Amino acid sequence: MTRNASIKKVLAQDYQHGFVTDIESDTFAPGLNEDVIRRLSAIKNEPEFMLEWRLKAYRHWLLLEEPHHWANIKYPNIDYQALAYYSAPKIKKDGPKSLDEVDPELLRTYEKLGIPLYERERLAGVAVDAVFDSVSVATTFKDKLAEKGVIFCPFSEAVHKHPDLIKQYLGSVVPTGDNFFAALNSAVFSDGSFVYIPPGVRCPMELSTYFRINAANTGQFERTLIIADRDSYVSYLEGCTAPMRDENQLHAAVVELIALDNAQIKYSTVQNWYPGDAEGKGGIYNFVTKRGACRGVNSKISWTQVETGSAITWKYPSVILQGDNSIGEFYSVALTNHYQQADTGTKMIHIGKNTSSTIIAKGISAGYGQNTYRGLVKVMAGADNARNYTQCDSLLMSDHCGAHTFPYIEVKNNTAQIEHEATTSRISEDQLFFCLQRGLSMEDAVSMIVNGFCKEVMKELPMEFAVEAQKLLGVSLEGSVG
Amino acid sequence: MIGEKMLTIKNLAATVGDKIILHDLNLTVKAGEVHAIMGPNGSGKSTLGNVLAGREGYTATAGTVEFLDHNLFALSTEERARKGLFLSFQYPIEIPGVTNIYFLRAAVNAVRKSRGDEPYDAMDFIKLIKEKAKFLHMDEGFLYRDVNKGFSGGEKKRNEILQLLLLEPKLAILDEIDSGLDIDALKIISDGINQLRRSDRAIILVTHYQRLLDHVIPDYVHVLSKGKIVKSGGPELAKELEQTGYAGL
Repeated sequence: MTRNASIKKVLAQDYQHGFVTDIESDTFAPGLNEDVIRRLSAIKNEPEFMLEWRLKAYRHWLLLEEPHHWANIKYPNIDYQALAYYSAPKIKKDGPKSLDEVDPELLRTYEKLGIPLYERERLAGVAVDAVFDSVSVATTFKDKLAEKGVIFCPFSEAVHKHPDLIKQYLGSVVPTGDNFFAALNSAVFSDGSFVYIPPGVRCPMELSTYFRINAANTGQFERTLIIADRDSYVSYLEGCTAPMRDENQLHAAVVELIALDNAQIKYSTVQNWYPGDAEGKGGIYNFVTKRGACRGVNSKISWTQVETGSAITWKYPSVILQGDNSIGEFYSVALTNHYQQADTGTKMIHIGKNTSSTIIAKGISAGYGQNTYRGLVKVMAGADNARNYTQCDSLLMSDHCGAHTFPYIEVKNNTAQIEHEATTSRISEDQLFFCLQRGLSMEDAVSMIVNGFCKEVMKELPMEFAVEAQKLLGVSLEGSVG
Repeated sequence: MIGEKMLTIKNLAATVGDKIILHDLNLTVKAGEVHAIMGPNGSGKSTLGNVLAGREGYTATAGTVEFLDHNLFALSTEERARKGLFLSFQYPIEIPGVTNIYFLRAAVNAVRKSRGDEPYDAMDFIKLIKEKAKFLHMDEGFLYRDVNKGFSGGEKKRNEILQLLLLEPKLAILDEIDSGLDIDALKIISDGINQLRRSDRAIILVTHYQRLLDHVIPDYVHVLSKGKIVKSGGPELAKELEQTGYAGL
């Protein structure tokens, strides 16, 4: 296929997904009101129920306050009327034409992370070729999934093709008015992923946003909905270890997971959005609402996250353990360097009988980074024999950083067994000296010690992802000790 | 080869914090030799090893140290290690979450890389390490446990010797490698050290006690007291000290 033909093909597919206007020039003026939402919905050619849903969310959002008061993060007020809420996907004309035009610092990082050449082009925003690659890969994937009846498509496509599933499940785990950022997302979400695994199907591959056409254009208000029907299994990978740059400073995504009887969902994230520079200028604000519902008996939802990017991370992937014998898991590594701030953790809500949850949270603070674990374990009155094990460990790499732990436990059933362990330690001079004395460089020594600290979480990641994530921790901490 | 200069310390003074621990220390070690440094607690034995290895907080304030052809103090901690200086730890360090075999392969490959040698791949390294572990009567299970975590005192010391055998340094400084060992373990560790004696390598044993020196016979014995070497002699000096103690010095 020639280059021109492949561009045309990509553009044609965008069209197919519901963009009816002249997509090259279409970006809204800043500001948010009901008209903006109507226009947004119209551009996406959405059915009436979607527009109603967005408007309801918007009207609720107006009543909510930004959660400034309780989260352990500081940032300037965001003027929501100064943001533009729609920007059409387009092939970047202004982007670099080849890797020769890309910031050498960025390329050096790609190299350290071991990212293949063709992928570096895509990540650095080099025009055309990379897009062609990902389209062809994605097509192969789609055929294989279709064979099993698995639906994996852009959210905007699912709204048209599977409206019943959307109506039934959208907002059923994170209601439109759940919190300030979730309400905003519900009103103006741009696009995202939709996954449905039919009963009895084990999804034959790891589903990754990387392979979804359009992934680059989901923008700042991403929406993901994953439904695992009874007796099914799916593993979903989100994000990417390479440093991601984005013109939009505010990101407010919502992810909803639903597991029916005996179903399992494993959701893994590596988040490496631009964290700002060494002085704390710039960087993404990442306000995410992620929640899973174990609706069915014996269902299981497992969140694994490695968070190294963003200037601000505000994120609490949670599990509602409704079904009897259901299991919730949260494995997290959050790293803050320079002036990054992370307030992250989880909520485990035990409703069904014999439900169990495990929380392993590892926080690493370097430079002037501030790292907060915030978690809630709640056992409702009917949740007989609920069990939770929580372990929070903090590793400090400098004299100026901070580690904070806010564990909340609410128990209304006296058969519950709740365990909580927490440690805070400084990276040990002895360990570093030992490694150096055996010939390792300071960078390798730090990377090894930190990865050892995070091992319990890293082993939960799918293999290829884990290898990348290990390198990422090392690269993110470069120069932070010594 | 035998007789070539390995380590030449001239008028060394060193501080830890603002405390002077070593002063006017002179020592010459040549390839092929084994030196024992003895002395009472607080005489500066461990400080000497740490200063030579380049540990943070241990500062040389006067004198010179030549290691092979290098000005030792011009080299970073890891460069010293890569050029063949090895320090065993009196209290071996734990690294949770990092398996012994992973750590050792990373260390050995870092040293090989600095010399321009090909790194070991996983299979070759497993073969090599199993052979060395067997020599030290170490169960293979040790290789897959976290570095020193949950090891007994004797197991930790054996693990230090395993590192020594794998890294094959030019100059090994063994700091109280005999402390906390029972007779059998002492024998195994001594066999490990003796296996390393070679014409192009030197060993410095830092110890309180004579008993290690019954198994690893040194060429020279030095007595360190209050930060300087006050007496030097052959292996008979160690036996003499065993009789008279350090008090008479």
